[in-house]
This record gives sequence, structure tokens and C-alpha cells, in this order.
Amino acid sequence: MNHWIIAPIVLPALVAPLIVLALRYDLLLQRVASLAACAGLLGLAVGLIAMAGEGPPQAYLLGDWPAPFGIVLVLDRLSAMMVLLTALLGLGVAGYAAGSGWDTRGRHFHALLQFQLMGLCGAFLTGDLFNLFVFFEVLLIASYGLMLHGGGAARLKAGVHYIVANLAGSTLFLFAVGAIYAATGTLNMADLAVKAGSATAENADLLRVGGLLLLAVFALKAALVPLHFWLPTAYAAAPAPSAALFAVMTKVGAYSVLRVYTLIFGAEAGSSAWLAADWLIPAALVTLAVGAVGVLGARRLGALVCFSVVASMGTVMAGVGLFTERSAAAAMFYMAHSTLAAAALFLIVELVSERRTRGDRIAPAPQMRHGELVGGFFMVAAIAMAGLPPLGGFLGKLMVLDAARADPAVWWIWAVVLTGSLVMVVGFARAGSVLFWRVEGEPAEGLSKPANAPLWATGAALAALAALTVWAGPVTGYMEAAAAQLHAPQDYVDAVLGAQTVAARALP
Amino acid sequence: MELLVATAIGALTASGVYLILRLRSFPVVIGTAMLSYAVNTFLFATGRLAVNQPPILGASAAGVVDPIPQALVLTAIVISFGMTALIVMLMLRAYLETSDDAVNLDPEDRP
Repeated sequence: MNHWIIAPIVLPALVAPLIVLALRYDLLLQRVASLAACAGLLGLAVGLIAMAGEGPPQAYLLGDWPAPFGIVLVLDRLSAMMVLLTALLGLGVAGYAAGSGWDTRGRHFHALLQFQLMGLCGAFLTGDLFNLFVFFEVLLIASYGLMLHGGGAARLKAGVHYIVANLAGSTLFLFAVGAIYAATGTLNMADLAVKAGSATAENADLLRVGGLLLLAVFALKAALVPLHFWLPTAYAAAPAPSAALFAVMTKVGAYSVLRVYTLIFGAEAGSSAWLAADWLIPAALVTLAVGAVGVLGARRLGALVCFSVVASMGTVMAGVGLFTERSAAAAMFYMAHSTLAAAALFLIVELVSERRTRGDRIAPAPQMRHGELVGGFFMVAAIAMAGLPPLGGFLGKLMVLDAARADPAVWWIWAVVLTGSLVMVVGFARAGSVLFWRVEGEPAEGLSKPANAPLWATGAALAALAALTVWAGPVTGYMEAAAAQLHAPQDYVDAVLGAQTVAARALP
Repeated sequence: MELLVATAIGALTASGVYLILRLRSFPVVIGTAMLSYAVNTFLFATGRLAVNQPPILGASAAGVVDPIPQALVLTAIVISFGMTALIVMLMLRAYLETSDDAVNLDPEDRP
């Protein structure tokens, strides 16, 4: 059994209490521990990518209990990729928080960050539906803390909405899990994949109900219309480093849809086969349209970035919802790209709002410090987010459009994705030209001199975007292999249910 | 008994949803608690309802009740209890900082 699979969960789970208990009063040590843990996590993630690339999915049996009775973690190409994305973002966020001094504005930033990373890695690696719920809760509880970090009345009010919406989502998750358990008698995803197809007619109805409730939960996490309403207020009110980390949280919803609706409700599921397909494409297209209109209509840069995240989730889910191998690869590529682009944009919102007298309001204001540099950053990130060449967002959208070719809804998808991109380009151009070119009045003296470290962190995020574009060939190759793995669920089932315990292997 | 449990779950869910949609923070907290009661009862029922059955298979037992939902409910109770504590604290902070327990946002805070 390969013990490295559990390492991305164990490492942050150990570092977080260490930071809270032992390093509580020493911010420098907290920063060192947090950055070291994030760097370690990145190393682990790269190692896992190499291991996952070798071949079939690998299962890890916790406590050596045989599946499906014990808890399993499963490593395949998709989960390794998501862990790597999380680790990259985690390292950037830890660096940004330390460099910009955000971690001094409240307590326990680094501990919460580590708990959030633990929840994210766990959600990506688990092979069990109930543990998916538990890891969702871990990452949500940490995200509540991160969202409210620094306090303030507006943030608290927005936080209440965010928490109540997610509590309702968690309740729905439990209802869904309960219905699925009642229908099949198991919550192990591989075992569910086997049993979903052979359910009796009566149980199959219950299973479908559970499956669609689960889709509602994942849609809430992924901010799909009509469950997107919480995102713009919550992310706009969150501190910049937290919001940048939250860019990967919406992707947890997309990942879960990819995993559950290809593995459990895939081709083999009998009457529940491709359960989500009918619902996802219309929801994704409406999400994209709503996000694009929001980008055009936003009065603050923070809200504009939030709506662009909603729009990008629309594109991702359009790729996911086609449920073909090519569309899954396209969705994965766009997912990785839009996560990095959204994180960079959230950091840019902070760069802008602390340099201008009018904050991030899209209205004329005096010249800001480092105006050219921040404006350049904004342009690159906006190009990435809107999906213009030469950056990878263009490639991602092109791949989604290309994958949609065989679908009956192809004209709808092409029309909405292309029009949405155009509207987003107009929205970003309008915001950028007002923010960086319409300079009015004398530079104010009242603003304190901003630190330089956040500029480096933002630059690093944009460099990662550029790297993703330059190495798009190998990356898409990996993602096509991941998508092929996703559409061969039998290998996953064999890996989990065929996994031998150490005790069984020790016997002659 | 099925009717009783089903009605209880339905009533708890309905009142929970109604209370969550209120504009004051106290009903919202009670609403989330109601919803978590409803879901915990529901999880119990997923292992099929049985009275006076042991959760452990033994030679002398006439039958058994599924133990997994009980373990799931235990986890769900712990999590929902923690969440209720968190949201109470948060609502209190929001009330103390804004001296107003309304849940809706001010118009200028909207994006």
C-alpha cells in the first residue's frame, strides 16, 4: 500500500494544530511553519502526479480495513491534478498573506489556511461519499474563519449569508447521502458504482432522487445558477488572500460532479445513467450568461471579479456537463487555468483598492502608485479570464467549444460561450480603462505606502498562468489521460474493491 | 411508526426552511437547528426503522438493525452542533458590531 496517498491530508492536519498550540504567539514562526508546510505539500503533490501518471488508480485503505467496509482514499490522475492545483494556490496565498501583512489583521490565519488545505486535499482524494461530506465540512469551517478574517461589519453580514447558505447545502448533502445509502446500503463510491446498475426499480427511484439532490449540493458549491447568489457577496467581502484561495473552492463542486456522475451515475448505472447530463448544460449556460452580464454591470472591481468567477464556472460546467472524454479534458484544462486567473484577479483587486482613494469602485480617482504595473497585471489577468489569445483561457474555451461539436445543443453552447466571452471582454475593458486611465484630481497623501511583496505574489500567479499556456501541450496530454481514466470507471472499481489489505498479503 | 417519523421529518424541515428565510438572526439560528434535527432523524431512518433490535450481529439475536446510519448520525450531530455554536457566535458578533440583528445587507454593501 502506498502511504504517500494520505500524506497531503496528514501534513496540513499536523501543521495546523502545531501553529495554533505551539506557535500561537510568534507570528514569524507561524509564517515559517505555514510556508514550509505549503512547500512540502507542493512537493507531495508533484510526487503524487508522478505516481498517478504511472497507471491505474491506486487505493489506500485506512487502518487496513478491506473496502468497502473501511474508509478508502483513491489517487488517480484527476485527484492528483486537483491536489497540485490546491498546493500551488496554498503556497501563493501563504506567501501573499505573510508579505502583505494580512495575517496580522486577525488571529490564526495560517492555522485556518492549513485546515482549509487539509479539507481540500481530503475532498479530492476520498473515495467515500460520506467522507466527501466530512471533508466539505472541514474546508467550509476553515473557510468561514478565513472569510471573516480581519472582521468588520460588512464582512460579518456577508459572512452570515455565506454560512447560512452553506449550512443549508450541508443539510441537503446529508439528505442526499441518506437517500443513496437507503437505496444501495453503501457509501463507498466504487461499491456504489457496482450497485447503482443493479438496483431494483423501487430503489433506483430513491437513488435517482439522492443523485439529483447531490447535484444540487455540488451546484451550490460550484455557484451554478440558480444557486450562485451567495458567491458575489461572500467573495467580494472576503480578504484578498482568502478570496484567492476560495477560487479553488468552487472547483471542488466541479470536481465532485466530474467524479460522482461519471463513476456512480455513469454509463453502467442502468436507469440512473448520466443522471446529471440533462440538467448541467442548461444550468451552465445560464450561469455563464449571468456571470457575463454581472461583469458588465458591476460597480466595484471586487464584484466584477466575483461575477467573472461565476461565468468561468459556467464554462467549466458546460465542459463537464457534456460528459465525453474530450469535454472532460477541456473542462479540466479550463478549470486549472480559470482557478489561477481568478486567484490573480482577487489579488489585483486588493492591489488596486489599497492604492486608490476610492478603493475598488469603478469610478475616476487620482493617479495610483505603481499604476502602470498594476494596470499591466490587470490586463494580463483579464485576458486570461475572458479567454482571449495568447493565454490558456483561449485554448480552454476552444477545447470546450470543440468538444461540444457532436452535442445536439452545440449551437446553444457556441452562442452562449462566444457571446459571453465578448460581453466579458467589454466589461473588463470598461473597468480597466476607468480604473487605470481616467485619472482625476491630485494624488492623495492620506494612503499609506503599500508593501511590494503583494506585487511579487500577483506576478507569480500570472507567471503560473503563462507557464500553463507555454506547457499547454504536455498538460493537456496529462488531462486527456485523466479524462480517459475517468471514463473507464471499471479500473477505479477494481483498484478499490480489489485492493488487498496488508494483513491479507502477509498470509501465505 | 413510519408515518410518525416521516411526518416529524417533514414538519421539522418545513419549519426549518421557513425560519431560515426570516430576516432576523434568531429565527435563522433556530431554523438551521431544526434542519439539522430533521436530517439526523432522516439519516436514522435510512437504515430502515426497527424497534428493540441490537446493532450487533450475534447468535442469540433475532434480528439486527443497521449500525452504519447510527455512526453517520453521530458524525452529523457533532458537525451540526459545532456549526450551530459557530453561527450563534457569528450572529452575536454581527449584532454587537452593527447593533442590528437584521440578516439582510445594506444597499451599498451589495455588489
